[in-house]
Amino acid sequence: MFEDWEERYQYMIDLGKDLPLIDDQYKTDSNIIKGCQSKVWVHAEMEDGKLIFTADSDAIITKGIIAILVRSFSNQPPKDIIHAETDFIDQIGLKEHLSPTRANGLVSMVKQLKMYAVAYQTQMK
Amino acid sequence: MKLPSAFGYVCPEPSGRTLYEELQQMSQSGLSLTAMFKVEDIRKDFPILSRKVNGKPLVYFDNAATSQTPKQVIDAMVDYYSNYNANIHRGVHTLSQEATDLYEQARYKIQNHFNAKFSHEIIFTSGTTHGINLIANGFSSLLKKGDEIIVSALEHHSNIVPWQMLCERTGAELKVIPMNQEGELVMAEFDNLLSENTKLVFVNHVSNALGTINPIEYIIEKAHQVGAAVLIDGAQSSPHIKPDVQKLDVDFYVVSAHKMCGPTGVGMLYGKEEWLKKLPPYQGGGEMIAEVTFEKTTYADLPHKFEAGTPNIAGGIVFGAALDYMNGIGFEAIAAYEHELLEYATEKLLQIDGLKIYGTSEQKTSVISFNLEGIHPYDVGTILDKLGIAVRTGHHCAQPIMDYYKIPGTVRASLAFYNTKAEIDALFEGVKKAKMMLS
Ligand SMILES: Cc1ncc(COP(=O)(O)O)c(C=O)c1O
Repeated sequence: MFEDWEERYQYMIDLGKDLPLIDDQYKTDSNIIKGCQSKVWVHAEMEDGKLIFTADSDAIITKGIIAILVRSFSNQPPKDIIHAETDFIDQIGLKEHLSPTRANGLVSMVKQLKMYAVAYQTQMK
Repeated sequence: MKLPSAFGYVCPEPSGRTLYEELQQMSQSGLSLTAMFKVEDIRKDFPILSRKVNGKPLVYFDNAATSQTPKQVIDAMVDYYSNYNANIHRGVHTLSQEATDLYEQARYKIQNHFNAKFSHEIIFTSGTTHGINLIANGFSSLLKKGDEIIVSALEHHSNIVPWQMLCERTGAELKVIPMNQEGELVMAEFDNLLSENTKLVFVNHVSNALGTINPIEYIIEKAHQVGAAVLIDGAQSSPHIKPDVQKLDVDFYVVSAHKMCGPTGVGMLYGKEEWLKKLPPYQGGGEMIAEVTFEKTTYADLPHKFEAGTPNIAGGIVFGAALDYMNGIGFEAIAAYEHELLEYATEKLLQIDGLKIYGTSEQKTSVISFNLEGIHPYDVGTILDKLGIAVRTGHHCAQPIMDYYKIPGTVRASLAFYNTKAEIDALFEGVKKAKMMLS
């Protein structure tokens, strides 16, 4: 979709700026995702059987990455989130961020969002 | 035995000067030294410098993490595995003897380079971290509750954590020499920390996060006055400065080869003979014993007492080749040229509005740690990477420094003698671009 890296990164940075921000009370150490060089906080809430994610980061590119994840995972029932594919990450040209050795922790973020879904799913049962 | 050219033994006499004398000399003769310095020729020795990253020519400014490897050093590695590979110290066959000779010759080169009194004061390690742990472990049996050991605020985690573990084992207490805004150690506070309870002081020669050159001559002298031993972490000084361990009168000095154009997984620990004799072995195994029975084992003499198991033979030999390479260029020329790069880069980067440099001591190696106001270092590093520029971002394994400045980390550009002003210009443009995209 984005050929030129600058456009891609500008898009991510802009997404980061628009990310629905997490309420300050949830910006706690226990909500920090480990494995990122920058800090990433994620919070999940259930509304009418669907999970709503909010997040924040102190680095703007990281914020863009989490924004993309929040956009694709939010507003869905936990079950769908658990089984959600992550191909879209390739499609928008973020594949390089997928490697588990990358310092940005995209993999940890995906894992954390799915963990929330698993937790809520168990609660529902 | 005839040795291949890669192992040509060309070790110049140690200069015998202290760091400050070196620096003085550097500023006096800086011009003539840098005029002789042909960076374009030097760059041809480093195959990796001609590769592209993300479609752009690589600009490698992460030298403080790991330096690049010249073809002379790569050739020495290939030569060893092609012609000499064997286990050492216990073979009667020719290959084993030749490999042993090469390995022990590398030890002499290292001895010569650091000007140790005896070659058995040079212990091969896997790197700085290993050297520090070896000493920290050795002091377990020498320290007790009430003893104090002193670290500095400018240390790499490698020179903090092993000592904290030592304190846990022995009940000794860890004291910290504080730093100031310039990123220098506060020597008056150090004087106050010293007492007859002080048993050990361990400080880096050069800070990896900021580049500050610490006044180790003063630290060693003062520590010795109260009878404390001193370990100097030379991981960041050794690529720029040729220390003379006898002149420094330091008790322990540790380095990693991979920061000095050598391979990863090898380094050296220098220890004064009297200390190495006093300390117990670190690991048990083959090579480090004299005699083994189930009743009692006696240990081998130095240096083998501290070299259990098959060592990194190729690494050790090639470490010697790396020292030959760097000495061939000359540490005075390297320091003078790098100082010129540092001044150029500092002046250039400071032209960027909102850019702040951390570590502004007069005494610095070619490291620039900086941040752009309101922008996370990770973001800057990511954009620079897209432009083919390799820098390090984060806390640089020196979290206490970041806590002092109340920042999550910095962007660190660490320059080496094979970098150029044109590359600094590329960094300058890259940082400006990052600032534009991220603001
Ligand atoms: C000052 C300092 N000490 C210790 C180390 C650890 O070196 P190594 O990882 O090679 O053992 C480093 C490496 O970055 C360093 O910069």
